[in-house]
Formats: sequence, structure tokens, C-alpha cells
Amino acid sequence: MGSTLVEKILARATGQEQVQAGDVLEPRVDMAMSHENAALVINQFNEIFHGTGLDPSVWDPARIAIIFDHRVPAESSKTATNQKKVREFVARQGITKFHDIRGDQGGICHQILPENGYVRPAYVLVGTDSHTTSHGALGAFSFGIGATEMAAVWALGRVLNVVVPGTIRVNVSGAFPPHVSPKDLILHLIGTISAEGANFKVIEFHGETIRRMSASGRLVLCNMSVEAGATSGIVPPDEETLRYLNEEAGVTEVPPDALLQPDQDASYDREITIDVTSLSPQIACPHTVDNVKSVAEVAGIRIQQIVIGSCTNGRLDDLEVAAHIVRGKKVANGTRMLVFPASYRIFMEAMERGYVADLLHAGAVVMNPGCGPCLGIHQGALGDGEVALATTNRNFKGRMGNPKGEVYLCSPAVAAASALTGVISDPREEGN
Amino acid sequence: MSKVVLKLGDDISTDIIYPGRFMATVLPTETPQHAFADAVEFNAKLRSGEIPPDSFIVADKNFGCGSSREQAASCLKGHGLVIVARNFARIFLQNAVNLGLPLVACPEIDAQEGDELEVLHGEVVNHSSNRRFSITPLAPAQQAIIDAGGLIAYARVKLMESRRAKP
Repeated sequence: MGSTLVEKILARATGQEQVQAGDVLEPRVDMAMSHENAALVINQFNEIFHGTGLDPSVWDPARIAIIFDHRVPAESSKTATNQKKVREFVARQGITKFHDIRGDQGGICHQILPENGYVRPAYVLVGTDSHTTSHGALGAFSFGIGATEMAAVWALGRVLNVVVPGTIRVNVSGAFPPHVSPKDLILHLIGTISAEGANFKVIEFHGETIRRMSASGRLVLCNMSVEAGATSGIVPPDEETLRYLNEEAGVTEVPPDALLQPDQDASYDREITIDVTSLSPQIACPHTVDNVKSVAEVAGIRIQQIVIGSCTNGRLDDLEVAAHIVRGKKVANGTRMLVFPASYRIFMEAMERGYVADLLHAGAVVMNPGCGPCLGIHQGALGDGEVALATTNRNFKGRMGNPKGEVYLCSPAVAAASALTGVISDPREEGN
Repeated sequence: MSKVVLKLGDDISTDIIYPGRFMATVLPTETPQHAFADAVEFNAKLRSGEIPPDSFIVADKNFGCGSSREQAASCLKGHGLVIVARNFARIFLQNAVNLGLPLVACPEIDAQEGDELEVLHGEVVNHSSNRRFSITPLAPAQQAIIDAGGLIAYARVKLMESRRAKP
């Protein structure tokens, strides 16, 4: 019996010939990522060492990445004090992959990791953030963990008691119609299999559509795999993976033995086939991500706030789509449009290409990169009864800072087209 | 035997259990005040101490979906609650195991607020409806962490082993 991609990665990370779904392992960790919640990890890390007589030092400072992104710049003295504590820890431990609140290096963790070459094929990558699933886009086994689990990783360099997950294979064929994108594909998949349809499993993406898709699009798919409950999403590495690593992440050498592929006779828990040729723009309606409809079904609903950005859809191609749609036009009165690039590198490139000017002239507010509005913790909160349309990843009750608000999730094209009309709009209409 | 103090449906997210705006609060001594903060009445009952320890929250499928925030587990543990659900989302389940928040996976559970429940010999007994529901046991990998007294203690043992193994 052959192996899935994650089984191969975990065999490699434990020095075994082969592992199988259900095995319990302690894989070595190649990269361990945290954001502001490193403040809690530090507490738990010190607890592990308490009473041992050992000096609390991390296993390998070069394999720890810490990125401030959730509340930047700090919105409160409490956050600022947490950030200060993390900065001191980083300096004391010699952690170099630290991205502070700076325009020359900052951004959202799930963009900072890939664009700085901190993610490689066959890595075992853990992060104290549920959207750590993103990095499977570059062929890593990448999953979210809690703060205490991360403290154990910092101490030991291994993840304890990992049960090898089963895998769902998703085969995607066809070319996307105009104004339909990877976001519509992943929303469609989540709507099909439900918010718990991939619980404790990996989603492995295959097919001609995936092969032709940019790393940016693959990041969207893997990012939102967790919204179907998946432990991780993953795309087997290929030419595009190497192109991204080389051209956009400065990684010039990838060892050939890291370019693992699943076996033809691997055992999958389930196979799903999707043809995107006739896929229409999709939208997740309040208050669960699997409440997915076609945009046409809910067109016309009044929107007070548009949010374009986040770790899901804040990359250059997303800003390009939005800028193209709003160029020379105006955001509707009574609607506010917030744009959050995923990193400062993207922000600068969007400026150079004129996208930022297009957005500002149309009436959008372009904010500093960060997670804030997506989870309602730093700017962009909703008023009572207000409705938001966002390219982010979650629409749970209270998600955008107000349990009396509603959040719909969509692609950048749908969000930008709707910003112009002030109501949920299909980007295939209106001469876009 | 204890009462069901809250009955919930499917897909209760960590945003509902512990809203994101309180994430800068991390200490297990401070997180309990924000448990179910947007369910204002229930939160007030928790904070006033009128809900006794070992009370049950009962939910349907996929309890704890969403964010990895550990506060969602620590805030419930702080109130001594026991969570019974048809099943749990992965990261929340692991966080609960790591911190010692008692979770009971009970795929057929049927209970209402006010019912008296008891966890007994691999079953949840609903004394109010006189029905019994079987429990899905935790994976041995997770039970080992609970038996050690939580992940901090479990990792401490591993740490001592690994540092001893080095020359």
C-alpha cells in the first residue's frame, strides 16, 4: 500500500520507512510560528522548565518565527505590554525570524512565512494559529496548535503525540470562468462537505486546475481548508512551487528529496471531484462558513462594510482584481471599503503598480497590514445590525467585533463589485 | 450528578466561547470572566458564581471550531465546567486535553437545560429522561496526556528524558 503526501512527510520527519494514518508519532519540527500569542506560549514554556533545574532555552532559535500581526500597532496598553514581553524573550533567546511592527519587514504571519522562505516542501510546520493550514500550499505538512502545545515544541523540537491523519483527495479540473477564483472553489468545497467534513483529516489537492494555479491561489485553498475542519490542506510540490520559492521567496536550493509526491496507490478516506468550468461566484452567508450559496441567490442585500485583505485574500493578485474593478469609479455612499494588504512587501508593490491609488481614488481606506478586522480585535468593527462583505475566512457570530452584526465571505471580485453598488453584486454583471 | 446549565447547537466557534476582542487576556486566572461574553446572561451567571463546578454544557456537532486560541479552553476550565458534545473540532479538543478541561464526546447525546446528567462507566446517563448514551473514548495518545496531569507535566518528563539522553 502506498502513502499519502502527509504520510511521506511524517515518515521523513521521524526517520521511518513508512507510516500510516492512525500511527502516533513525535515528528521533529522544521518551523514553529507564533504571533502575539507568543506571550502565552512564553508563560507555558517557563512552566515546563519549572522545577527541573534546567535553563529555559528554546531547542533551536533558527526554527522559531514570531510575527506581530493581530493588533498592530498595539490598540491597548495590555497588548503593548504583551508585545514588549515577547520582544524581550526574542532577544534573550536569539530568535532571528522575528517580524516586528515595521514597514520594511512586517505583515500577516501566513504571508510573511512563505514570502521570506520560511516554508519549504516536506517541512513539518506548526503555528499557534488555526490558519497555519495555509503553508501546505508549498508542500509542507502545516497545522495549527494551541499555546501550550507550542511551548512543548519550543522545549523539545518535536510535536508530541501526533496521530497521523487520514487524507481526503480533491481532484479539480477545468478552467475558471471570468471573475471566478480559488476563493469560490474553496467556498464551494466547504459548502459541499460541511464545516466538519474534513475534521482530523488532510485535504490533498490535485488536478489540472491546481497545476495551473499560482502559489497565491493555492494559499487560498489551504488557508481555508481549516474551515472544513481539516488538520491541513496540502498541494504536492511542482514547477510552480519551485518558481514561487525561487522568484518570490529567495529560496534558490530545494533538496530533491524534499519534493515528495503521494503514491499512486495511496489510501484515501474519500475522493472528491470538482469541475470549475461552470462554477459561479460563491458566498458564505452568516453565521457559518459552510452556509454557502451562489452570489446570485443573495444579490441585492445591503452592505455597510467591505473588507478586502487578510491571510486569505490580501495578496497582490487580490489587490489587482479589486483595483481593476473600482478604477475610475466610486465606492457607494453609505458603504465603507477597507483594504488590508497581507504584507508591507505587497503593499509597496501595490503602490508601485498604482493599485493603491486606484483604491484610494475610488474611496477605499487602505490600512496597514494586519489581522485586526477579520476577528474584530483591531479596527473595522461593525455597528449593531450592520452587514459586512469580506474576503476574509470566517463569518461566525461576533467575528467582526459585534454579535449583532453579520458577515458574508466572498472573493475579491465580488467584494469590489459590491463596493461600487453598496449591495451584494455579481461581478460578472455591471460591465466588469 | 450535575445539571445541564447551557444547551447549544452545531458549530459553536471559539469566537462564541471566547470572543477575539479579549484575546490579549491570556492568564488562566483572568480568562474565565470572558467565557461566553456575548451570551450576556449566561456570562453573568458564570461570573456571579451561581453555576456550581462540574455543571454540564451540552452541544451538538463540531464544538470549538475556528481559532486555535487556548483561552477558549482555559476560560471554561476556570469555571469547572464539563463539556458534552456530539463531537469536537480538532484544535479545541487538543487544547482541552492539554489543559485538563473535561470533554465528553457523545455522538447521540440528547439533553435539555436543567436535565441532570452523570458520566458513568463509558456512558452519559440522563437521569431526567432516563436515557443512556455511549461515549466515544479519547485516543490513547490523548489519554496519556490526561493521565500525566496535562501537557505541561507530560512535556516536562519528555524534557528531562531528552536532556539526560544527551552526552
